[in-house]
Amino acid sequence: MEASDQRRLLREMLFARRFEERCAQAYQEREIGGFLHLYPGQEACAIGVLEKARKGQDYVVTGYRDHIHAIQCGVDPRAVMAELFGKETGTSRGRGGSMHIFDIDRHFMGGYALVGGPFPLAIGFAKAIQLRGGDEIAICFLGDGANNQGTFHETMNMASLWNLPVLFVCENNLYGIGTAIERASSEINQYLRVAPYKIAASQVDGQDLDVVMAAAETAIQYVRGERKPYFLELMTYRLRGHSMSDSGAYRSKEEVERWAQRDPIGIYKRRLIDASVIDEAGFRSMDEEILQDIEDNIIRYARESAEPRVEDLERYVYVEGGPKPWLK
Amino acid sequence: MAEMMYWQAILRAHDEELARDPLVFAMGEDIGVAGGTYKATSGLYAKYGADRVIDTPISENSYTGLGIGAAMLGCRPIVEIMSVNFAWLAMDQLMNNAAKIHYMSGGKIRCPFVLRVPGGTAHQLGAQHSARMEKVFMGVSGLRVVTPATPRDAYGLLKSAVRCDDPVVLIEHESMYNLKGEVPDEEFFTPLEGVEICRTGKDLSIFAYNISVHWALQAADQLAKEGIDAEVIDLRALKPLDRDGIAASVRKTHRAIIVEEDEAPVGVGSEVIAILNEEAFFALDAAPVRVHARDVPIPYNRRLEKAAIPNAEEVVAAARKLLGR
Repeated sequence: MEASDQRRLLREMLFARRFEERCAQAYQEREIGGFLHLYPGQEACAIGVLEKARKGQDYVVTGYRDHIHAIQCGVDPRAVMAELFGKETGTSRGRGGSMHIFDIDRHFMGGYALVGGPFPLAIGFAKAIQLRGGDEIAICFLGDGANNQGTFHETMNMASLWNLPVLFVCENNLYGIGTAIERASSEINQYLRVAPYKIAASQVDGQDLDVVMAAAETAIQYVRGERKPYFLELMTYRLRGHSMSDSGAYRSKEEVERWAQRDPIGIYKRRLIDASVIDEAGFRSMDEEILQDIEDNIIRYARESAEPRVEDLERYVYVEGGPKPWLK
Repeated sequence: MAEMMYWQAILRAHDEELARDPLVFAMGEDIGVAGGTYKATSGLYAKYGADRVIDTPISENSYTGLGIGAAMLGCRPIVEIMSVNFAWLAMDQLMNNAAKIHYMSGGKIRCPFVLRVPGGTAHQLGAQHSARMEKVFMGVSGLRVVTPATPRDAYGLLKSAVRCDDPVVLIEHESMYNLKGEVPDEEFFTPLEGVEICRTGKDLSIFAYNISVHWALQAADQLAKEGIDAEVIDLRALKPLDRDGIAASVRKTHRAIIVEEDEAPVGVGSEVIAILNEEAFFALDAAPVRVHARDVPIPYNRRLEKAAIPNAEEVVAAARKLLGR
């Protein structure tokens, strides 16, 4: 890989981290409301997989921890932040919020609040692709907790039965909200759970961007070429709480510190420094540029954008000007 | 104009829409090779193939979700759930996704999804196969809910639902698939909004939908013999309900009966009465009356089952009482 691409990827992960940290600050300052689920610790997952996808062409769906997946699909981070601020310029005109980012133009099909809810939607996208005859694929990012929903099993069964071109990415961060995986899942290795459905699967380190990219490349080639589903489990960890209202009582500080040693940004940065692709000074200036950009462009845009008008409250319940063939 | 059965009208609508648009597909349990529990998709599997007439596993929630996802990408799925009772299993996808995606994406993602379900009590099918769930669907923002009472509307509503850009729940009736009626030979579309005046009258308005339209019409015939001129309104579209159409009839007749196959609490009847209160209160000469099912899970025993569900005689009795006869 070119050094410039490596620097770009490092920058994307660092941007993701700073973006989310800035969201936390805005939440504490009450510029963002509702529930807020942040991504620090898991950056290599979305960024590594989508680096190997056709961004803006393949159809991507995920759960409520969705900001970074959207941004990696090419959604304007200013519009994401404006959505969190509840503004009309937000990706969903302020009607969605943090858990419901959408951008049909970038084929980012949304963030959803119900755990396991996107599984069937993902095979629906794959079914539509199949009927239209394109070579796009659907990519469904969800956590390990989602695999205990009925939709997981129903969806895997149909995806396999009908050879639907969908990549399931399981970001296994070891906790379903605040319950440890071994207390909720009778099989801890999630990739083994699709074996009865005859779906190709693998499990790799989700903290090492290069490992994620290599696994994603194989998986995506398989789905795109074979027109069959694939299940990729990425072992990862979220360094912050499940949401902003997390007590943290379910895991030890030592455990969090141990995983902080395997921070995906730290791992990749060290690798690039060792390869002389970047140095400490270069990394610091990259970080400063990002922080400046977030403050000057993204936060400012979100803050200065207009609120939706109350007169528009009932718009978008139904499609405006939709077909009424009975009037002809 | 040909006479055909309710199921044949639904089949015709499927066939025309599948032939017209390659992005239309049908899916559900036993709809393909087996031809559908009520024959409403019979022959389509052979004609359009397994990719567009899809036999699903018994996984209501997820094949509903599959249809919703495909609709978000521009397909026009017609998803059948074999009995409305099983739709409870699909509530997550239907209520959290289909009903809300357009709104919560700020109008940027459309969901032109059609769900067909037979509802109602049939012949001793027991509590878990006799549900009437229109009250559930019509209470949620973002869905459209329509219920055909005739073969004509079974055809025309499905045609309109497939063309509509919003999610539509189409509630058929287990006892009406063999009902015969006239259906025009040329293509037509039944409105997804507005009431249908089935019979004009001046003495009272009887509001009904789906199977209760037939009870209302029978009752109106009986009442006519007694010198009472009843207007029968098929509500047809339960979401959104036609507030103006409901009020207009009562402004003319000044009396209202609502006939619903469902039990009364939180239902079509209570909603129509609320609309009358809000839109036509001073036009009423008497308090509106509901004729409805008893508030019980539907029992198996034939005699008990019959007693649980209203009929034309109950409508006649209610009308006499309302008019002080």
